[in-house]
Amino acid sequence: MIGMRIVQKKIGSVEFGIMTPEVTRKMSQIRVVTPDTYDEDGYPIEGGLMDLHLGVIDPGLRCKACGARMVSCPGHFGHIELVRPVVHVGYVKMVYTLLKATCKSCGRLLLDKKELGQYKEFITEEEREMDEDAALDIIQRTKKSNKCPHCEAKQPSIKLIKPTTFFEEDQRLLPSDIRRRMELIPDNDLKLLGINYKVARPEWGILTVLPVPPVTTRPSITLETGERSEDDLTHKLVDILRINQRLRDNIAAGAPQLIIEDLWDLLQYHVTTYFNNEVSGIPPARHRSGRPLKTLAQRLKGKEGRFRYNLSGKRVNFSARTVISPDPNLSINQVGVPLPVAEELTVPEHVTEWNMANIKEYITSENYPKANYVIRPDGRRKKVTEVNRPDILEELEPGYIIERQLKEGDIVLFNRQPSLHRISMMAHIVKVLPGKTFRLHPAVCKPYNADFDGDEMNLHVPQTEEARAEAWKLMLVQNQIISPRYGAPIIVGDQDFVSGGYLMTHRDMSFSRRLAERVLVAAGIVRPPSPDLPNDRFSGKLLFSQCLPKGLNISYENKMLRRGCKKCEKHKCDEHDSFVVIRNGKLLRGVIDKVSYQGILLDTIFREFGAEAAREFIDKSTKMVIVAMMDHGLTISVSDYEIDEETSKKIDAVVAKSEEEVNDFIDRYRNGQLKHIPGKTLQETLEDNIMAILGRARMDSGEAAGDYLGDKSSPMIISRVGARGSILNVTQMSALVGQQAVRGGRVLRGYRNKSLPHFKDGDIGMRARGFVEHSFYDGLLPVEYFFHAMGGREGLVDKGIRTAKSGYMQRRLINALQDLVLREDGTVRDATDTVVQFVYGEDGVDPMKCYGNNAIKVRDEVIYYDEVDRGESTEFEETGGDEYD
Amino acid sequence: MLEADFILKHSLVPKHEVMSDTSVERLFKKYKLSKDQLPRIKNTDPVVDAIGAKKGQVLKISRDSITAGKAVTYRIVV
Repeated sequence: MIGMRIVQKKIGSVEFGIMTPEVTRKMSQIRVVTPDTYDEDGYPIEGGLMDLHLGVIDPGLRCKACGARMVSCPGHFGHIELVRPVVHVGYVKMVYTLLKATCKSCGRLLLDKKELGQYKEFITEEEREMDEDAALDIIQRTKKSNKCPHCEAKQPSIKLIKPTTFFEEDQRLLPSDIRRRMELIPDNDLKLLGINYKVARPEWGILTVLPVPPVTTRPSITLETGERSEDDLTHKLVDILRINQRLRDNIAAGAPQLIIEDLWDLLQYHVTTYFNNEVSGIPPARHRSGRPLKTLAQRLKGKEGRFRYNLSGKRVNFSARTVISPDPNLSINQVGVPLPVAEELTVPEHVTEWNMANIKEYITSENYPKANYVIRPDGRRKKVTEVNRPDILEELEPGYIIERQLKEGDIVLFNRQPSLHRISMMAHIVKVLPGKTFRLHPAVCKPYNADFDGDEMNLHVPQTEEARAEAWKLMLVQNQIISPRYGAPIIVGDQDFVSGGYLMTHRDMSFSRRLAERVLVAAGIVRPPSPDLPNDRFSGKLLFSQCLPKGLNISYENKMLRRGCKKCEKHKCDEHDSFVVIRNGKLLRGVIDKVSYQGILLDTIFREFGAEAAREFIDKSTKMVIVAMMDHGLTISVSDYEIDEETSKKIDAVVAKSEEEVNDFIDRYRNGQLKHIPGKTLQETLEDNIMAILGRARMDSGEAAGDYLGDKSSPMIISRVGARGSILNVTQMSALVGQQAVRGGRVLRGYRNKSLPHFKDGDIGMRARGFVEHSFYDGLLPVEYFFHAMGGREGLVDKGIRTAKSGYMQRRLINALQDLVLREDGTVRDATDTVVQFVYGEDGVDPMKCYGNNAIKVRDEVIYYDEVDRGESTEFEETGGDEYD
Repeated sequence: MLEADFILKHSLVPKHEVMSDTSVERLFKKYKLSKDQLPRIKNTDPVVDAIGAKKGQVLKISRDSITAGKAVTYRIVV
């Protein structure tokens, strides 16, 4: 590699045109005449389709054109001289248009002098090119008269019988006639039609000579029986050659015109299907077995064509794919790799005089960490087998490379599709485990957007030292803890980790020495602190502190904070444990909740103590918390949502009061007493008011239910702490489901002036428009159930459309922006060095690095979580069942 | 009022000004730019017409930005 010169050249222009017969003959190595391929000995026949001038696909033979052997000869084109011209299917449309737009006898465009004058500049100015619209306009104009304005010849109408047969009135137009007419059209007239005559004379669209692609593009395969099986393209070319030969013989023998035309048509059919076997109007050419042949167009087209399958989507080596499953015992940096996968994947290791002993061990070893292949300095690759093991050991010397099996501590890339952002692919450290699935820490699910309901992920093994170094430094999971999108942690413990943190650090929680040791050992801490409670007991806060870095000082409000609690607001409430104080890595006050795990606490550790410390915090705290939580236990059942008679009376009262208010508004609306809000109609005003009342009703009844269930109940714990579910979910299960919405308003669909046949015409009361006054615990009335289904379906449909639309939009945006580069001088430039932005994002802010002075942004994220979970969100924000899509 | 004034006074049209030769030179030096690497603005653009800029001149465009306060960019009239 060293000393290789980089040659930079710019492509000035690319020109597309129709290949001329001259070019076809010029690039041809040989004229193919015989439809045969191989003789009895399996040797390519001269002048046949497998002629040695066209390249070699048999080992041992030499190419007669370039003298090279099998792989090194790229193959060469040949050609077939067609006895009679045929139409090229790809140019039928152009030929058809030109036949109609030009005179049959003089070849001029069917426009008079005056009309031609309008387009004079296109003819006189060499560089001026016709745009598509103008060309179409000219074509339209030629349709006006059926007499040539230049030679007065009458123009018969031209018909095209798809795909390739032309008629003039009722007279058949043979390809040779068409070609003659095409030749007649003057260059300047072509220019007016937007055709560049220098590269695309229309007569070239009628083939007189057919290029024969090199044998390397249509290799034959030898079956186990020793039989040769030819490529589809070869089959097609054989057909063409046969008919061509028959046609030649018949013409020579003076056969009647009718027979000649029949054979000519047959030639046309074969050439057409050779280019494209899916042309409408003619039956596709079939293999003996009945399978349609895969000809030129079929090789390129569609999902399985050359472009989408082989060029846009390349397959790679050194990769693996399997189902994923969770393993909280791993580090977030690790990935559990099943043994069978580790045995197959390899890492190249260079043999030096210093690691010789080590390398020899891999070669000698007969099981797991062993060498699969040896690569000699000349590049020859050899599989290590039982037999050649001693020989390899003998010849091994510095400069050799061995490919040893993947083992613990190797670095690999791990990826889940769709790869929407850079953290969809991160570097993990291998941990070889039994089983058949990839294992990952649940905290890294979020960046991958993975769950374990059958998701599969890919793994790639970097093969060079540079690639491994880059993976370590740039892609390792611990370096991705902060999201580059909004600068807050994205690799975070959630759900059980959050509730576990709460249960463990709760003020009432204390641990016996025995349990404390179990908790600490789970996190890898073997030196327990001295007990801080009487009777040799430990507080959860003390234990949790063991996974905080020394020197960490931070205090913040957590989610336990009650608005209205005087002590809370002064940050002095011990009852609610609502203000977290950490001094020198000791959790003194406050309980650990979502804010700590996913917000400021982790953020601060990452920013002030680095990625390593943040990783350690996540690794230790998640493991510790899980043990603590398993001991304590946290369950939820239907009975947890049960409310007593008194509470349900309260809720009934709330609903009754709301109904009164709603009816009052409706009365005032009907009497004309309701005043409309500026900018809204009277009806909109009414709807707004009703929605507000019903929203409040749900909040109030939810509060009543919440008060009854109490802070100690499991549903309330998980929602308050931010582990799972919101107060809204609790409300809907215990108190009442509330107003259902379709299209942002109360339900009114399906019938005239009513939502369902159960209601009176024009009933706009709350029950008639989708208010569900029962809870999921009570059970819904059939009508209520239907309303709920209406709202639920809308959510589902919207979600589908939203993801499809935004996905496509993002794809296009990424395609447009992918080559932009942020330069050292702060400018954003494209591939031609043209400036796109003088300052990145116009403000030069890197959201990932925003912290401290820009901490607002980080905190904004935290506040956002707060809002959603306080139940201030609307009905539509959290749709149940999201998880299982 | 002239159409030009309407355009320039519109709240969504940022401030465009023609740069002097020396400041253009300074700009080119600062970012090591050549003329064809500058973002472009068509000379048929109504603003170009309104401020009377000519082909080849460079415009300084300053707009208010929520995040940056003020964002400045440059465009060459083509």
